Amino acid sequence: MDNLNNYLFIAAILFSLGMFGVITRRNGIAVLMGVELILNAANINFVAFSRFGGMNFDGHIFALFVIVLAAAEAAVALAIVINIYNNLHSINVDDASSMSE
Amino acid sequence: MADLIFWFIAAFTILSAALVVLNNQLLYSAIALLFTLFGVAGLYIFLWADFVAGIQLLVYIGGINVLIIFGIMLTNKISSVRLSQTNVQQGVGGVVSIWFCLILFLTISKTSWFGEYSLEPTETVAAVGTLLLTKYLLPFEAISLLLLGALIGAAFLSREGN
Repeated sequence: MDNLNNYLFIAAILFSLGMFGVITRRNGIAVLMGVELILNAANINFVAFSRFGGMNFDGHIFALFVIVLAAAEAAVALAIVINIYNNLHSINVDDASSMSE
Repeated sequence: MADLIFWFIAAFTILSAALVVLNNQLLYSAIALLFTLFGVAGLYIFLWADFVAGIQLLVYIGGINVLIIFGIMLTNKISSVRLSQTNVQQGVGGVVSIWFCLILFLTISKTSWFGEYSLEPTETVAAVGTLLLTKYLLPFEAISLLLLGALIGAAFLSREGN
């Protein structure tokens, strides 16, 4: 627990799992969950460097900004997903490939 | 003892994150995401970032995760039990992710990180607040405007009859 590498390893695993989710999921909301995992991995790195890398509280601030961005992104993405569902009656991301209805 | 708790939280986080991306039931994925976010909050506490951990609990678990569950409920017929979905391209996705993970592991373990350790802070909230209102005042205002815009946009997009 007093080693920077442990936190970076955990963040790397979380990032890879999130990437796997984004690649393989077909459901729009499940893709969104993968994105949340990726953002959390980045956040762990920021806070880990704030403790071990001499970044001090600047790392905390960056983590807070990332959390705010994630909130904005989730709100807009879910609004778009619900719109897609109303138009296409499916939130399969493969079905939503065309730009027109 | 602290080491034991740390490794427990790490394993808990990674296992529930694996459940998020591998589970067939969408709602179970959302619940597993909740546990992942809890685990990440625990890691923040180990990193002496208790304020960030609190915000993680409030915004991620109280806000984003509930929003995701709402999204699942609104885009599936709740009466039909089949909320399941299968993954596609598992082979390619798995190879790419594992390969990427191995590269990250190699890079992390081969790099000699600067050992600039911070001292354990007595409290973090005042320091974070001071930084937000001095050094990071402009980004703070900008991101508040961004959040306002995003929320108005989301409300506009999801309006009935748009």
